[in-house]
Amino acid sequence: MTELADTAPAAPLIKPKTSKDDRIMVGFILVICLYLLITLAFPLYAMLSKSFSTYAFDLTNFEFQVNAGDGWSEPFSAAEQNDKIQKFKPKDLVTSSDGRLATTEFFPDFSFRSPTLYRLRQVRGDTSFLFGTERVDDTEWHEYSSNDFRRIVIRASGDTGLDNFRTYFSTPALFRSIENSLFISFLSTIITVSLAFGFAYALNRSTMRFKGLFKLVAMIPILVPSLLPGIALVYLFGNQGMIKGLLFGESIYGPIGIVIGSVFFTFPHALIIITTALAISDSRLYEAATALRASRWRTFWTVTIPGARYGLISAAFVVFNLVITDFGLPKVIGGQYNMLAVDIYKQVIGQQNFEMGAVVSVVLLIPALLAFGVDRYVQKKQVAQLSARSVPYVPKPHRQFDRICLAYCSLVAVFIVGLIAVCQYAALIKFWPYNLSLSLDNYNFEVMDGGGWDSYTNSIQLGLYTALIGTVVVFVGAYMVEKVNGFFTTRSAFQFLAMMPMAIPGMVLGLAYIFFFNNPDNPLNAIYGTLAIMVICTVTHFYTVSHLTAVTALKQMDREFEAVAASLKQPFQRLFARVTVPVCLPSILDISIYLFVNAMTTVSAVIFLYSPDTTLASVAVLNMDDAGDIAPAAAMGMMIFYTNVGARLIHQFVSRKLVRTTQAWRGG
Amino acid sequence: MTVQNKGEPGSAKPYLQIDRLTKKFGNFVALDSVSLEVYEGEFICFLGPSGCGKTTFLRAIAGLDIQTSGTVMQDGADISALPPAERDFGIVFQSYALFPNLTAERNIAFGLENQKVGKSAIDKRVNELLELVGLPDQGPKYPAQLSGGQQQRIALARALATSPGLLLLDEPLSALDAKVRSHLRHEMKALQRRLGVTTVMVTHDQEEALTMADRIVVMNHGVIEQVGTPTQIYREPDTLFVADFIGAMNQVSGRVNSDDRITIGELSFKSRTHGLASDAPVVAAIRPEDIVPRDPRDESEAENSLEVEIDDMEFLGSFWRVSLKSSALGEASLMADLSINATRTLAAEVGSTIRVALPADRLWVFPPAGSL
Ligand SMILES: Nc1ncnc2c1ncn2[C@@H]1O[C@H](COP(=O)(O)OP(=O)(O)O)[C@@H](O)[C@H]1O
Ligand SMILES: [Mg+2]
Repeated sequence: MTELADTAPAAPLIKPKTSKDDRIMVGFILVICLYLLITLAFPLYAMLSKSFSTYAFDLTNFEFQVNAGDGWSEPFSAAEQNDKIQKFKPKDLVTSSDGRLATTEFFPDFSFRSPTLYRLRQVRGDTSFLFGTERVDDTEWHEYSSNDFRRIVIRASGDTGLDNFRTYFSTPALFRSIENSLFISFLSTIITVSLAFGFAYALNRSTMRFKGLFKLVAMIPILVPSLLPGIALVYLFGNQGMIKGLLFGESIYGPIGIVIGSVFFTFPHALIIITTALAISDSRLYEAATALRASRWRTFWTVTIPGARYGLISAAFVVFNLVITDFGLPKVIGGQYNMLAVDIYKQVIGQQNFEMGAVVSVVLLIPALLAFGVDRYVQKKQVAQLSARSVPYVPKPHRQFDRICLAYCSLVAVFIVGLIAVCQYAALIKFWPYNLSLSLDNYNFEVMDGGGWDSYTNSIQLGLYTALIGTVVVFVGAYMVEKVNGFFTTRSAFQFLAMMPMAIPGMVLGLAYIFFFNNPDNPLNAIYGTLAIMVICTVTHFYTVSHLTAVTALKQMDREFEAVAASLKQPFQRLFARVTVPVCLPSILDISIYLFVNAMTTVSAVIFLYSPDTTLASVAVLNMDDAGDIAPAAAMGMMIFYTNVGARLIHQFVSRKLVRTTQAWRGG
Repeated sequence: MTVQNKGEPGSAKPYLQIDRLTKKFGNFVALDSVSLEVYEGEFICFLGPSGCGKTTFLRAIAGLDIQTSGTVMQDGADISALPPAERDFGIVFQSYALFPNLTAERNIAFGLENQKVGKSAIDKRVNELLELVGLPDQGPKYPAQLSGGQQQRIALARALATSPGLLLLDEPLSALDAKVRSHLRHEMKALQRRLGVTTVMVTHDQEEALTMADRIVVMNHGVIEQVGTPTQIYREPDTLFVADFIGAMNQVSGRVNSDDRITIGELSFKSRTHGLASDAPVVAAIRPEDIVPRDPRDESEAENSLEVEIDDMEFLGSFWRVSLKSSALGEASLMADLSINATRTLAAEVGSTIRVALPADRLWVFPPAGSL
């Protein structure tokens, strides 16, 4: 029988005809790919190339002639003149794209009142100089009176190379930040993960009371900008702090403040991951341990910790990433202690040195990418561990243990609520520490630096648009990439692009947007400075988590729905609208609230993108704090908090109602 | 593999013609050049162990995972490369894939809406289908409110709603418990017969295949081992795999003597003609119910009879399954099904010796597994 098959002529190879549905779906994927290319890949590329572009004054290309009434001198180059007068060292000649050098610098005796005449030309046409605002890039001789000559500046000429990195690593003030950032991130990670593990352990393994309350309190930090704890710490431990004495003379401005604040704002992120890890560990192992009469302590080290190890590792990397890329907190409380993310800001906003900003961004990308890579790897492992079906652990009462857990969780809760309460208090008193009477003066943002109440409404708009547009883009993209048949390369490309934002620090993304969108040659230049670019940036910044939420929800749907719909000759859009969206609605709502809350609190990416018309509440907190208006900054921070609480409550309400009305078919 | 349509109804025309279908996943060949013809109105079962390629075959026919090579013709048209939406079939999956947020009637109506059919016509058709699958009152319920068997029938009704020319079923009953399953078997078969819709069902359950199918396609490792009616498959297995996979079968190794004789242990038996080379190692196979006990008073040396000792007896309700040993056969032991009557007349009990015959036309000879 097999012989027959061997000798028979080969059956024709089949090239499947793609269905209309698949073509439409792949069209969507390509559109979203393009979106991610434009909003992520291209800007990052622009930033990367910026970090390698160097600018210097090419003195050999400029030649002078001087006529002090006794005829024109021989032409001499600026380089020769510099050698003669020993004015600039080579490193002084390295500059940024906006570097300017006045030609009068080469003439120590220059006086704009003298009758001396000057001539200037460029040997080659690849440099330029400015006469006032007029740009000259020819190779002609130009003649100027001394009064005109003082208005001439040489422009820097560009090149590519590693010079920026060389400069970076030879400037201690800059590269010391690497060490600082790593140190702070390590320390915060260890503290946060330990605290969060204890908290999760108590929630998962004890029968203490108030578990629901503790869970709520633990999530508070997600609802505020990361710099808010910084403000609270200033009030508590600052120069006029309420309990300053507790620091024994140490300053809160610096590592101590950054670490405490970082623990505050990363705590919920670590807690969520570790709680999940503990929740999936198998109760049967505990039964076995009890049967073997292992002590609580031994069980802890031989069962609990190994079971939760992937969760712990994953949490550690997430926290590390959050701390090292955070900008708001060290900006507020860091004092003179330099961190990478703040350096980017200082280079770009303070010194207008965009190339160096790009270099620091590249440096910051490395640990962030590493942390991201490890996290992805570990997550995969944990999923594998999860699929082995386990029986959830049900804790039994144990009085003393429960009491310890309650005490511990209360302590953590006091820390979290305490910092928020201090902010609220700060926002409500007239003038700390001199006038402690209560007032709402600090909410009168109009008289402050930071954009006034407009920035609050702008933030709400940003949040709503981000939630709306982001949810649609993310969910549609996830659906298409999950359900389309074939098109392997396109799907892989999309999946890669969708994962990338997680690895990109907000500061880096924001700076990359400047390079890409603020380029006059870019047709999308028009959106620069608008709310639109901030919406786009925020959607992209928080794309990955939203995407993963959508994918998880979609994976829980029966894989054959599309096949059934196709066999019934129904287009996928109909299935999508009638089944997929209704079934995934809880997850869709989760995505939108996630995007909204993050849009309200984010500072890092948008700090480079707002314009005077589009200031944001979170940025206003930073700017008011920077201007010394700390109480109004706290007040604005609390506005963000209350808005997010409100949004959460609405979300909760809608979700509950949804679950109730759909209970019949959800089988609950 | 060649086409082996021993059981096709002579008059019917082939509705599905599958020619040398091969499906590869990377380097793995899940279907290896399988060919098959399915006749109009037939109920075909793909039967085989898990992982043998049944689902792959079904999905290729549906266009859900199109084959690497080979053609599929349906009703005379070449549909080999067409996406599912351009083919004509209804499908029921093991999971049923009912839309959870739609009621049973909305599920059934899903394929009818959007097709220029009036609302009242849709309602009428939905009620008709609910009636057809025996669930006239369950229309307003959601899938989660229905039992497994009811869900299965709603899925069937949904697949039949658009009156497709071909019904594909992938293990439609295997998620149900045994009692519901056997009940639904008959119901589905009756329904299929009534509608006359050409049906291909995948199953790994031989009982299901034997009771439901007009013809069974036995598959193994991506190839078709045999195609035939249930009786053909059972009574005349083409290969050792089929013989072994379906029903109980004694297997004893031996050697070829001649064209229709083999040696097992020290004994020589006449068997079915097999055409294997002389002295080749073979496996002789006989079903337990084909082993005939001989009347102890009959002293004649009948062909293929031998003396055996009863090693073990198991009462299975309507008969006894006895385990038989004989030093002449070597290590091998045989299972035989003896009627209650026979055990009584033979006074069979563990340790006693009886004579049995292995009828030559029931004694199959195959090349041993793994040697092709
Ligand atoms: N999408 C796929 N990718 C790789 N291998 C597959 C895929 N689908 C099925 N297979 C493999 O093909 C073989 C046949 O699978 P399947 O047709 O599902 O078997 P069954 O007979 O149980 O329905 C199995 O070994 C399976 O692992
Ligand atoms: Mg299968």
